[in-house]
Amino acid sequence: MVMAEPVRGAALTSGAAEAYPVAASRTAEGLRRDLGLIAEMIEPGARVLDIGCGDGALLAHLVRHKNVDGRGMELSQSGVNACVGHGLSVIQGDADRDLEAYPAGAFDVVVLSQTLQATRQPRKLLETLVRIGRRAIVSFPNFGFWRIRLHLLLRGRMPVSHLLTHQWYETPNIHLCTIRDFVAMCDEIGVRVERSVTLDRHGRPYSLDPHGSLANLLAEQGVFVLSENRGEIEATAQAAGRRS
Amino acid sequence: MSVLISSRLRQRLGQDWPGHRLLVREPLRLDCGIDLGPFTIAYQTYGELNPDRSNAILVCHALTGDQYVADPHPITGKPGWWETMVGPGLVLDTDRFFIICANVLGGCMGTTGPQDINPQTGEPWALSFPVITVPDMVRAQKRLLDHLGIDSLFCVTGGSMGGMQVLQWAASYPDSVFAAVPIAAAARHSAQNIAFHEVGRQAIMADPDWSGGRYLSLGRRPVRGLAVARMAAHITYLSEPALHRKFGRNLQDRHTVTYGFDADFQVESYLRHQGSTFVDRFDANSYLYITRAMDYFDLAAEHGGSLPNAFKGTRSRFCIISFTSDWLFPTPESRELVHALNAVAANVSFVEIDTDNGHDAFLLHEPELFETLRGFLTGCAEHRGLGR
Repeated sequence: MVMAEPVRGAALTSGAAEAYPVAASRTAEGLRRDLGLIAEMIEPGARVLDIGCGDGALLAHLVRHKNVDGRGMELSQSGVNACVGHGLSVIQGDADRDLEAYPAGAFDVVVLSQTLQATRQPRKLLETLVRIGRRAIVSFPNFGFWRIRLHLLLRGRMPVSHLLTHQWYETPNIHLCTIRDFVAMCDEIGVRVERSVTLDRHGRPYSLDPHGSLANLLAEQGVFVLSENRGEIEATAQAAGRRS
Repeated sequence: MSVLISSRLRQRLGQDWPGHRLLVREPLRLDCGIDLGPFTIAYQTYGELNPDRSNAILVCHALTGDQYVADPHPITGKPGWWETMVGPGLVLDTDRFFIICANVLGGCMGTTGPQDINPQTGEPWALSFPVITVPDMVRAQKRLLDHLGIDSLFCVTGGSMGGMQVLQWAASYPDSVFAAVPIAAAARHSAQNIAFHEVGRQAIMADPDWSGGRYLSLGRRPVRGLAVARMAAHITYLSEPALHRKFGRNLQDRHTVTYGFDADFQVESYLRHQGSTFVDRFDANSYLYITRAMDYFDLAAEHGGSLPNAFKGTRSRFCIISFTSDWLFPTPESRELVHALNAVAANVSFVEIDTDNGHDAFLLHEPELFETLRGFLTGCAEHRGLGR
């Protein structure tokens, strides 16, 4: 098995200060704006698992301001050690490998921020997320963003942007997708999109229909709130029951 | 029946050693079915128990460790084995916490073990001492804590066999454990580890002075066998890179090999030294009993074959720590523990520390180990209402 170790947290989530060089993209509490948006989506006191939690910025914010029962998973050892050293409950682990053990509905919310594109099996991972969490909040860079399209069209080179900072030969981002691709996959595997927000270059929300082609062109990233389509599963099971 | 007790043996019985002794009168039902008792627990404490009795930390020692965590060893005079961790202002801060460490059941530093006199025969127990297990060790410690009036431990921690006891505490007395930190440990002893232990035991039993275990009554000591056992075990506590870094192929006080079987290489000389100093402070039969306790340890087997079952409903906060170069208790064993704890949605942190110090890393100066443990304990102390 190819062990292309994706550098999640350290390079992609909260450690991604370099990916967000502008101060304007941070909230008043100093949280990256897309993480601030995710934090707003989480109810106080919830049981939260932050996968790819980096140095624990979001988790620390949630524990401090929302009194959540917060847990984290992070691939990079330096990230984990920093988190645990700050009193956060974080395990060193790989999203592709170490989530299976959690029971169904173990968490109210599972967060996967800027990490999906670096996993080996994003589709299987999404199914796991909505199994172990009542809701999953997933954010990812939109490969359909106009600057990326233009980069490829005009320069004929693999796009490098402030969210996707690596050259093609060293990138941990092995499964990039557009917002449309993501929505299509959710449909395919029967994951319900409860809410979706698209963000501009500075992490500010757009008032665009996240499922439309304009959002797919203008948004630099998408934030999706997902859940297992339990109603549908039950309906199917009932239908199957009637048939037999 | 009378028996000649040498001054050496009296010393072995620890009558002159510093520290606390608790005589437990009510017998302890052991896993092997035998009731042991009355028995003695030798222990050390550091710091003060607060009025709420909520700041106690139990430190569990490893196979050849003892209760002298932060005191000079009464036989060797060497500093306490976790002196870098336990003390005022250190990670296990004796200004804030009440630290307890007890010699394990079967040990040879004052707690009842095979070198003690069996009151029924008037002779040392030797091999008539009942086989003890890690759960037995923990049951004995529970008696000590009951005696000290501590219902709930703020934290239980320890490395290697100490980590096994931590896990056993968390499984057997979940309501008495607020935080659990097993370091370089596993939920069961692997076949490879049992194999190494068997080599050590065979080395001891092959020494003619072992005399079927009755060496104390006969005024002998199987020092050669015990030294070989220690030498073999010591290799497993290190790592190939660490051995190479320390010794390479360097020669000991000579410029060329001697074409003989003297200790030409530094690594040989080092191991011989490790073996010969060990026999001064450790009892051969204790070594047999304690290694056996580790071999028998299997937390999943104790809980119907399911490791998650051992921790079902736990509210303890766990911090699992492993070391990259530890091949005795390698990281995958810690990860298995993490998965089991995840399966019961326990509050768990897991850190693998990058070091070439091997299994022994938990005893050495590992800055990341100290930072991790300090951060974890600080977070736990806040949740426990012990302040920052």
